[in-house]
Amino acid sequence: MNIVVCLKQTFDTEAKIKLTGDGRIDNKGVSLIINPYDEFAVEEALKLKEKDGGEVTVVSVGGQQAQDALRQALAMGADKAMLIDPGTEEVDEYIAATVLAKALSGMDYDIILGGWRAIDDSSAQVAGRIAEILNIPVVNMVTKLEVEGGKAVATREIEGGSEVIEVSLPAMITAQKGLNEPRYPSMKGIMKAKKKPMGKTTAADVGVDELTTKVKALSFSLPKPREAGKVIEGEAPDAAKELARLLHQEAKIF
Amino acid sequence: MPKGIWVYIEQFDGQIKKVSLEVLSASRKAAEELGHELCAVLPGKGVLEMAYTLGKYGADKVYVLEDDVLENFTTDGYANAIAGLIKENEPYAFLLGYTMCGRDLAAQVAQKVETGLMSDCVDMTVEDGQLVFTRPIYAGKVFVKATCPEARPVMASIRPNSFMAEENKKEAEIVNAPFQVGDIRQEIKDIVRQVSERPELTEADIIVSGGRGMKSPENYKVIEELADVLGAAVGASRAAVDAGWVPHNMQVGQTGKTVSPVLYIACGISGAIQHLAGMGSSKCIVAINKDPEANIFKVADYGIVGDLFDVVPLLKEEFESFL
Repeated sequence: MNIVVCLKQTFDTEAKIKLTGDGRIDNKGVSLIINPYDEFAVEEALKLKEKDGGEVTVVSVGGQQAQDALRQALAMGADKAMLIDPGTEEVDEYIAATVLAKALSGMDYDIILGGWRAIDDSSAQVAGRIAEILNIPVVNMVTKLEVEGGKAVATREIEGGSEVIEVSLPAMITAQKGLNEPRYPSMKGIMKAKKKPMGKTTAADVGVDELTTKVKALSFSLPKPREAGKVIEGEAPDAAKELARLLHQEAKIF
Repeated sequence: MPKGIWVYIEQFDGQIKKVSLEVLSASRKAAEELGHELCAVLPGKGVLEMAYTLGKYGADKVYVLEDDVLENFTTDGYANAIAGLIKENEPYAFLLGYTMCGRDLAAQVAQKVETGLMSDCVDMTVEDGQLVFTRPIYAGKVFVKATCPEARPVMASIRPNSFMAEENKKEAEIVNAPFQVGDIRQEIKDIVRQVSERPELTEADIIVSGGRGMKSPENYKVIEELADVLGAAVGASRAAVDAGWVPHNMQVGQTGKTVSPVLYIACGISGAIQHLAGMGSSKCIVAINKDPEANIFKVADYGIVGDLFDVVPLLKEEFESFL
C-alpha cells in the first residue's frame, strides 16, 4: 500500500513570538518542529506499513529548512520525502493545497494522511481542500483507523460524541490527538534517514503556474499581555468565601 | 455583484448550535453597514420549525435545505448542497462556526467555489467597504487581521463565544431552496452520543479544569461536583490527559481545545505556555494551586494559593449558597 503523509513544519509550541520592524512575524531563532498533529499522521502511516507493507512518502510545501522536519519523519521510518518550494513568500491555504494536490496527483497513493490542523495557523483546511481537488473522500479528526480491503473505517470526533465512518480508498484521513503515540526516531533510524531519498521540486515543476493568495493578511499584532490579578489571602474557608464574593460583586459573573 | 451575507446554521439533535446564532447576530450589523441581505442557510431533516426562530436573531431570509439524507452531517452531502446553492446565488460572504463539522464543511466548500477562508476568527469588522476578520494564530500568541479582497464569497469560520447571540426581532422569509446532495462517499456506520448533562467545552460559559494536581482520575469527582453546581464543562490540562486520568477530548491547550468561556477555573494547573494558549481568551481566570510560583497566577484574575482538595469543595458550598 502506498501511503502519503502531508507534513508541515511549525514553530515549537514553546516559541515566543516577536514581530519584525515591518510588523511581520519574526522567525529568527525560533526552533522548528513537525506539526504535532502531522506527527500522529506519520506514526499512523508507519503502522499501516508495518501491517500491510508498502511505502510511506512524506511531502511538505516550504523552504529549505523544512527538510529538517521531513528528515525527522524519515528517521521515524518513512521511506522517502519530497519538498516542494512554493515559489512565493506568501502562501495561503489555497496555494498550499493547490501545490500539494498537484504534486500528489503525480504520485501513486492509496491513502493520504495529515494532521487535522497545524498548530501555527489553526486553519484546518489544507487537507480538506486537497481531497476536494483530488476528488477523494475526506474524514477529519480521526482517533481510530482501520484499513482493509480497499476501505478505511475511521472513528472521528464530533461534538457530543463520536462517529464511525467508512470510505473507499483512496481517501484523505486527518489525525486527531488520541490516534496513536508517535515513536521517537532511534539512532539507527537517524543514521538511515541520511541516506533516504529527499526529492526537491518547485510549484512550477509540478505544473502550478503563478498563483495569488485568496486571503490577504493586513496586519499582525501581539495581544495585550494578561496581567496577574489578585491573590486572595487567608485560610481555605475565608479564601473560598472571598472568591465567591469577588466573582459575584466585582467580576459580576453570577 | 455578489449580494447577501450568508450564515450556515448548524443543528444537532433538533437544537441550533449557539455559535450559529452568535455568527448570525454579529453579521446583522455588518449586513446593515454593507447594505446586504442577511440569509441563514439551514440544512437538515425536519428543520422547518427551527427556521422560524432565525428571524429573531436577525435573518432576513432563511434558505431551508430539507432532505432525509441530510439528517446526519456528512462532509460530501452538506458541502455539495451548500456549494451548489452558493454557485447559484453568488452571495458576498459565507460565514459559519469553527466547530468540528463547521471546519469540515468550510474547507470543502471553500475549495469547491475556489475562494479564501479565514479560520477560527474572533472578530469581524467592516473596513473600507469590506469584511475584515481578526484571528489568533500561533495559539493566540499573535493576532492577524485579514481579508479576502477579490474571490467571492468571502468565507470565514468564527470561534464559539466570540460574539453574543442577540435577539433582533425580524420576520424572516422562509425559502425552500432547491439543491443537490450528489454522491455521498462517507458512509456513517455508527454514531455514539456521549450522554452528558454538561455543555460542550468549546461552547461553555464556565469551565472547571484540572491538571497534574488532581493526582488521580478518581479525584476528578471534586471538580465535577463544582462544575455541576455551576452548570460548567469540565476540562483538563495536557498533564492530566497524558497521565491517562481523563480522555483526550477534555484537553484544553495548544494540542487540545481552544476555549473562551466567561469564567475558567484552573485547579492544580501549573500554567504551561501551551495550556495558556488554549484558554488565554477566557474573560475571567481563577487559579487554585499549592505552588505560589505557578505560572497560572501570572494570568489569573483571581488566585488562591492552597490545596485544591480543601478549596474546591468549599467553593462549591459558597456558590451553592447564592446561585
